[in-house]
Amino acid sequence: MQGNEACAEGAFYAGCRFFAGYPITPSTEVMEIAAARLPKLGGVFIQMEDEIASISAIIGGSLGGMKSMTATSGPGFSLMQEGLGFACMTEVPCVIVNVMRSGPSTGSPTGPSQSDVMQAKWGTHGDHPAIVLTPSSVQELFYETVRAFNLSEQYRMPVIILYDEIVGHMREAITLPAPGEVEVINRIKPDCPPNEYKPYDKKYGDIAPLAAYGEGYRFHVTGLYHGEDGFPTNNTKLIEETAQRLIRKVDNNRDKICKNEEFYLDDAEIGVFAYGLSAKSAKFAIKELRKQGIKAGLLRPLTIWPFPEKAVEELSKQVRAIIVPEMNLGQIVHEVERVARGRCEVKGVLRADTEPIKPAQIIESITGNGFFPSS
Amino acid sequence: MSSQTEETKPLAKKKKKVPFDYSPYIRGGKLPHIWCPGCGHGIVLKSLLRAIQTTGFPQDDIAVISGIGCSSRTPGYVDFNTLHTLHGRAIAYATGVKLAKPKLKVIVTTGDGDALAIGGNHFIHACRRNLDMVIMVYNNSIYGMTSGQSSPTTPQGMISTTGRYGSVEPTFDTCNLAKAAGATFVARGTAYHFQELEKILHEAINHKGTAVVDIIDACPTYYGRFNKYKTATEMMEKIEKEGTVSVKQAGTMSPEELEGKLLRGILHKSDRPEYLEEYNKLIERVQKK
Repeated sequence: MQGNEACAEGAFYAGCRFFAGYPITPSTEVMEIAAARLPKLGGVFIQMEDEIASISAIIGGSLGGMKSMTATSGPGFSLMQEGLGFACMTEVPCVIVNVMRSGPSTGSPTGPSQSDVMQAKWGTHGDHPAIVLTPSSVQELFYETVRAFNLSEQYRMPVIILYDEIVGHMREAITLPAPGEVEVINRIKPDCPPNEYKPYDKKYGDIAPLAAYGEGYRFHVTGLYHGEDGFPTNNTKLIEETAQRLIRKVDNNRDKICKNEEFYLDDAEIGVFAYGLSAKSAKFAIKELRKQGIKAGLLRPLTIWPFPEKAVEELSKQVRAIIVPEMNLGQIVHEVERVARGRCEVKGVLRADTEPIKPAQIIESITGNGFFPSS
Repeated sequence: MSSQTEETKPLAKKKKKVPFDYSPYIRGGKLPHIWCPGCGHGIVLKSLLRAIQTTGFPQDDIAVISGIGCSSRTPGYVDFNTLHTLHGRAIAYATGVKLAKPKLKVIVTTGDGDALAIGGNHFIHACRRNLDMVIMVYNNSIYGMTSGQSSPTTPQGMISTTGRYGSVEPTFDTCNLAKAAGATFVARGTAYHFQELEKILHEAINHKGTAVVDIIDACPTYYGRFNKYKTATEMMEKIEKEGTVSVKQAGTMSPEELEGKLLRGILHKSDRPEYLEEYNKLIERVQKK
């Protein structure tokens, strides 16, 4: 099965029944599969007039009570940023898939890249939280898509699945779990009388139950700063409270949201911090290095936002250097530097020529850098 | 003392006959609205609420969705399922809501800038799809919320803050645009002819498919001030009353008499299949296989 197909299947497994999208390479297969499968599942597929319309429609669909998703790539993702902010502010669950291509602008449509990691976090304006998942295999894409929906429903916010063209178009044999085998989380619906319902009710803590339109709870949703009843406010105290709460609901749950894989890390003297496809090359490189007697290990984040600060901090205390291979000219490497705070050397292995990072490059960066010179 | 007065003069006896009770539809505590004195948006809102009542749609089954701008503040005041979205995007959000909850009667309240400039693409494609929704364009020919810039319906030669020497650009005719794009119900009303507007909106809400209602309104604060209209009443009379003629009246008028006047009433109706009806047929077809 192809990566993009596994992503779509993961979405259906998670209960996604609404897809609105606009064609863009290399994400289009996700949409094509949604077009073919959703009517059979009794769901809704619609091809919108552009990416802005697509994200708008899935937010509307989610407010109508359906788990909703769209898929896009760099330029389309840029167009979706305002809608992404709207979903953050209004706390409407939805999933956005960004199959990264090389850029900026139209760039190289079929060239893989990892250059949207910062856009995924900082693309929309204002202070807001972000949950971004970075699967690196076809099987993982399935599971992480289910997890994306679960996190989105749980924390009432948009969740982004970020992978590159190679993961999207790669074919691998995968096992599809039986229904019920993997946990599927649904948003909490209100059970109070409709006249007592507040869409951002503080009595539930940071995340309130979310009603659907047309089910007896008449409520208001706006992209303006609002109070717990959902109506616009200019009250500075309420604005600050809402802004803080949005950040807090992710910050306070970092441990539950962050997910990492460790590979030969126990005794590692050199750490590699790699996500997505680059992590595949890193694994290969580490096996080779181990054969040479070099103690290298991998920390692979499946959640890149919120940034896995705790794990990187621990790693920085353990190793002499952290190597960060990325298909961009330096994005996450700066985050690793920030968290490492000079405790160890941090070195990017970067390229933006639409070629994947090769294991040899990672090996060379370690052996050729004086950490472990090859004899 | 006041309580004595109340006792001796029970309110019930003094109570005037209320022809229409708006209170069930208005959210207590959310008024006063933000609209300026002389603005017709409040009149349009009254016509809308009366029209909703006459169609008999339950409040729980109505969704009012808007973008950004003066007219787009409407959802905040009315007690339905309401959504105040991004500038220009109301129709795209409405599309999602309607597809996810088909039983809802979706009403989009948008302005001329919101619907026809930034939202122009969504507007024409909604008309093309013929998904069941009402698109009310509160058309005052100017951007009110951002203080008076030219919009796609600002008449050529008129003054705005971005058309200081007279707007150079030709204008969109909302109704012609909607019809050409495929809307199956196209009508025009004005805030001045509020009873007629109520009837048009009643028809629009009952229509199955995309219904576009262009509502000529006047912005005395900006358009009026820049263009030398002395009062809001004068604007209403010149722009809405004298600037329009009903379809019926127009039949008796010469082309010279009709010059420069906008037609009022239901201008176009067709019974092309509605989007969801077609989509449901598709679901039925593919599930049989």
